Amino acid sequence: MSGVGRFLRLAEEGRVSVVFHFDGGIMIAKQGDTVITAILMSGQSLRPSDSGPEHRAGFCLMGACQDCWIWQESGPRLRACTTEIIDGMRLTSKAPVGWPDLERSR
Amino acid sequence: MSRVLIVGAGPAGVRAAETLVQAGLRPVVVDEGLRAGGQIYRRTFMRSERTSRTLYGAEADKAEVVHAVFDRLVADDHVRFHSQTSVIALQDGVAYLLGPEGAITFAYDRLILATGAMDRVMPLPGWQGAGVYTLGAAQIALKSQGVALGRRMVLAGSGPLLTLVAVQLIKAGGRVEAVLDTAPLSAQVRGGLGMALARPWVTLRGAMMRAGLGRRYHAGVQLDRIETDATGPVALHWRNARGEARSSPCDAVALGWHLRAETHLADLAGISFEWNAVYAQWLPKSDEMGRAAEAVYLAGDGARLLGADAAESAGRVAATACLRDMGRPASDPAPDLRRLRRLARFAASLQRAFPWPAEMARALPDDTVLCRCEGISAGALRATVEWSGPEANRAKSLSRVGMGRCQGRYCQLAVAEVIAGQAAMPVSEVGRLRSQPPARPAPVSAFLGR
Repeated sequence: MSGVGRFLRLAEEGRVSVVFHFDGGIMIAKQGDTVITAILMSGQSLRPSDSGPEHRAGFCLMGACQDCWIWQESGPRLRACTTEIIDGMRLTSKAPVGWPDLERSR
Repeated sequence: MSRVLIVGAGPAGVRAAETLVQAGLRPVVVDEGLRAGGQIYRRTFMRSERTSRTLYGAEADKAEVVHAVFDRLVADDHVRFHSQTSVIALQDGVAYLLGPEGAITFAYDRLILATGAMDRVMPLPGWQGAGVYTLGAAQIALKSQGVALGRRMVLAGSGPLLTLVAVQLIKAGGRVEAVLDTAPLSAQVRGGLGMALARPWVTLRGAMMRAGLGRRYHAGVQLDRIETDATGPVALHWRNARGEARSSPCDAVALGWHLRAETHLADLAGISFEWNAVYAQWLPKSDEMGRAAEAVYLAGDGARLLGADAAESAGRVAATACLRDMGRPASDPAPDLRRLRRLARFAASLQRAFPWPAEMARALPDDTVLCRCEGISAGALRATVEWSGPEANRAKSLSRVGMGRCQGRYCQLAVAEVIAGQAAMPVSEVGRLRSQPPARPAPVSAFLGR
């Protein structure tokens, strides 16, 4: 599933592969990738927009804009541009079932 | 008695730490990165396969020295380094930190803020879509990850980073369709003269890089809109200096107009701000040594946008001010202060050469998303201003601009221009968006119940 994503790898092809899960699917990335790189090497976006029809795929990549926070299946969120991908990570673009968000509690 | 907290481990924070250690102190340093270096001297998560010459170009030697200085301070246990740690809030001499060790409350006696800067961005119709990034993001992706943000990129904005990122991407094998500079050539020539007088070699190197971009580069353009489909950008539509409509096909866009100082923590620390007409933004006030308030010091691009070389000097100077205020001996800051004055002349000319296109914000169509976090349009803000009045914080509260994930970091300068435009006022008179804690998203559980 590599090579069809938004990002294009230009260097450091030789790093070891890691396998992780995003929205239930299996994705392959390289050790040393951030979570955002890992996902966007195979996919087009990280999450739906909070406020519009478009999707979001990060913006600043330096931890300033907070655009790229996504969920782990276990619950806690993480900032995809400053977190390193780890083999076996299970990530989701939407809040996991049971997450106490406003829409659900209405 | 001597608990000094340094926020930021870029060139300013590293030199500040070094200076304090030389005087016998053991400062605590907090940085959000895994490894010290900051943004411009950013390091990869792992030891990179690429050489430091490939990663940092002409700045490689400086980057290596900054990294080595800090690694040595940590290895010798002369500083306490909290990496991957964010400052969530500052209150009454206590910093609320959140990182791999969980939540930490740290009481400090003196605080040195070396928080750096971020891209200054002008909203553009379509900029809210996936695949639109900052110029800094394009550079970080390449440097720290070895990736391009897309297969066909368009870079737009103005300033030295525009040319630099384009050259770096092309050199690495990326495809850059167009480099669109909103600065007219006439301004570039006028400002370029002052730049060349202050830093001839740096200016010449920039001009040569620019020449290497050839026909990809266009000066004096107007950016109209980013056309997107369901997945992201398809083309950027623009007009050339003669007003002729052009479009550049792409699957990724990177935008940036120099930098905006990262001032959230300075605001929480109670520093006062003033509108700076040269940099076209609100900047925290400090004296030449970086003293900004009782026991609070500022250094680097978070205070004055003079670049990485100046940040090293400013870090040393702020630490010197800190030491003097503690009654400790410190070395003479005069050489660093002279250097800072020269770099300030260069930076001011740079701002004149590549100006912030304020009028572009005022002319944004009503349906343009202005605040990309909350999805607030320019028209919605204009309508709000009609009854809120032209005061930035009131317009923010009532329209929700700047109240989302980024806390207004990226839209606030354009927001202020839109408000000012609607009220036909100078932008400096609509006020500055006040920062609130938390400075970063944090789970409520982190600081409650302790």
